[in-house]
Amino acid sequence: MDNLSLYGISGPTRLWAYAVLGLPLLSFLLNGLWLGRKHSGASGWVATGLMGLSFAAAIALALGWRSEVLERPSLFPQAAALAFEHVWMPFPGPALAAKFSFYLDPISVMMILIVTGISFLVHLYSIGTMREDRGRGRFFALLSFFTFTMLGLVSAHNIVQTFFFWELVGAASYLLIGFWYEKPAAVAAGKKAFVITRLADAFFLAGLLLVGLHAQSFDISNLNAASTADALNHSVVVGGISFNLLFAACLCLFAGAWGKSAMFPLHVWLPDAMEGPTPVSALIHSATMVVAGVYLTARFFPLFSACESMLRVVEATGLITALFAAVVACAQTDLKRILAFSTLSQLGTMMFALGLGSGEAGALGYSASMFHVFTHAFFKCLLFLSAGVIIHAVHGQDLKDMGGLRGRLPWTYALTLIACLAIAGVWPFAGFFSKDEILLATLVNGRPFAFTAALLTGGITAFYMFRYFFLVFHGSRKDDSQSDDVHGESAIMVIPMVVLAIPSVLAGLAKGVFLSTVRPFPALAEAEPGVSSGFGWVPFAALGMAAFGIAASYVLYVRKRTAPGESPSSPVWHRIVARKFYLDEAWMFLARRVAIGGVSRPLAWAEKKIVNGLFDLTTFFIRAISVLLSWAQNGRLQFYSGLSLVGLCLLYLLERGSP
Amino acid sequence: MNLPACLLLSSALFALGVYGLLTRRNLIAVLMSLELMVNAALINFTAFARFGGGDATAGAVFPLFVMAVTAGEMALALGIVMALQRWRSRIDVDELNRLHG
Repeated sequence: MDNLSLYGISGPTRLWAYAVLGLPLLSFLLNGLWLGRKHSGASGWVATGLMGLSFAAAIALALGWRSEVLERPSLFPQAAALAFEHVWMPFPGPALAAKFSFYLDPISVMMILIVTGISFLVHLYSIGTMREDRGRGRFFALLSFFTFTMLGLVSAHNIVQTFFFWELVGAASYLLIGFWYEKPAAVAAGKKAFVITRLADAFFLAGLLLVGLHAQSFDISNLNAASTADALNHSVVVGGISFNLLFAACLCLFAGAWGKSAMFPLHVWLPDAMEGPTPVSALIHSATMVVAGVYLTARFFPLFSACESMLRVVEATGLITALFAAVVACAQTDLKRILAFSTLSQLGTMMFALGLGSGEAGALGYSASMFHVFTHAFFKCLLFLSAGVIIHAVHGQDLKDMGGLRGRLPWTYALTLIACLAIAGVWPFAGFFSKDEILLATLVNGRPFAFTAALLTGGITAFYMFRYFFLVFHGSRKDDSQSDDVHGESAIMVIPMVVLAIPSVLAGLAKGVFLSTVRPFPALAEAEPGVSSGFGWVPFAALGMAAFGIAASYVLYVRKRTAPGESPSSPVWHRIVARKFYLDEAWMFLARRVAIGGVSRPLAWAEKKIVNGLFDLTTFFIRAISVLLSWAQNGRLQFYSGLSLVGLCLLYLLERGSP
Repeated sequence: MNLPACLLLSSALFALGVYGLLTRRNLIAVLMSLELMVNAALINFTAFARFGGGDATAGAVFPLFVMAVTAGEMALALGIVMALQRWRSRIDVDELNRLHG
């Protein structure tokens, strides 16, 4: 095994790495142990301040990384370095150890910037929304913890560390989704998210052990080395079924991402996770939690790309999720659920871009996918924050009760419009560039089916996002009774949204930087810019689809004033889509009837009757003997003396019987 | 008199004692039966001393010791019987089962 030695970053930059990780943890401890109870009014400001410092440290770290690593020609293509690395648990084996490390390469630096930046803005925004909540101290403690765990996950260079923080992210999201623990629906949603992601994580653990033991290392750059793929690439037979070990290991690793990123059909937890407070949804959907799956897949892209069938799985999963979620989003009436399905659809887009191919063309998909993660974080966070303002203002989140909010929430109106244009992929907003890059990557990799599906998804995305937009802000007002409501737009909520709107518009400018630096492996040769020539028509096709989607929703919901939601006259397919293709019901059936009724109940019966029955039988014998003996102890003198006589006689006979 | 006759006598006495011990309900009668069984054993002692060819003196002296000890024992037992009589005014053995396990 070749042990790749990584460039260790120098002193001052290393300090920034500690600060990036330590400050959210400090915020968690401060709020969780002290401020949250006694001075919950201050907790939001303290947490926001610490997150701001963490973001500043992340910027300093990124700048240090740029000057020290990125601009050093010898390190250039991979641009990877370690800020620090401590051995955490050494395992028996030459190089096998769980380490606590801070890895800097283009995607981890990008994720660190996104996570700290978005988290800072969400913290700031939460001061406004959580002002009246009793549990705000706990809220800010958990929000900071969530950020900390995600930072630990993205900066990991050791897969055991990845797994450790992966689970912590799951635990933190469980606590935040079920934050309002008095609400049964919130508790159920938290449990659902935890159980489903946990199910997937079991495979992840199996996969990491399989890969780690073959590579004799848990360091990610060793796992991604070509020698690891070679060591794994052979057939094994288990129980009469022969399969390729490399494919199986990659599939296990990908299963973790599958659950965490809520890919079809494990997506059912994500729409339910809307039961949590809106800032939590914003954080989950843009920077932490769900993109972790995409990030993990990107992390292991070199390994996955050694296995062609694995890439096909990634691509198919992403495509199905993207199309499915986009279709379902068109028929939802819950504000946050529409956004949840749009996230699913975008995640699917990011995912399939990772599975387009290997080699130089596949690297283009990789860059495009990471670019989409980057741009999506801003406009999706903006969408959720503005949805939070809308929900705050009308005290409800059903589209049927909304309309005509344009005059009342002018800032939110403008900001939502920006975010919708960005997610629909309209030039010159951020989403246009990243989606365009993904479409281009499908064509370069020669996957026309993926191209068609992605184009279609783009059109549907534009349609449902503007359906959302028109139904909320246009049309007639439906809540006249609450027209004198005090909840408008408070500055503390609008400022983070305005800040987010800037990258939602301008993030497209970073395209050149992404394509040249964010690469899965060192370029074989200098990447030729001419690779995309001949596809000049692609942006126009994407724009045309977006325009068509927007126009369709304008005609349907502004001109014709179609009411959202089901009506008795709506066709059957509308109901099927609105009920999310009955997949939740299917899962409940699977969980109730098959898992609980078919497996758990019989096992519980066997446990009670057979395992416990054996123990009960022994105690029954002992008790029967004791009943017999206690009958002899009746305290009757003559019975005793008679018995002793009988005993004497028996002794005598025994004596005579033996020679 | 010979040895078999003496042994027959003592066996008969012992059997009587056992019968009384197991069947009488009166505590004093039970004690009397017990005394019969002890005396049956003592007859065996003297008979074996007289006809069995052993040490005749020991055979004659040992029963005297046993009789003395039994007399003490009986005094104690009768004392208990008196106490029981005062306490419960009945001395039926079937009712004396308060110490059973």
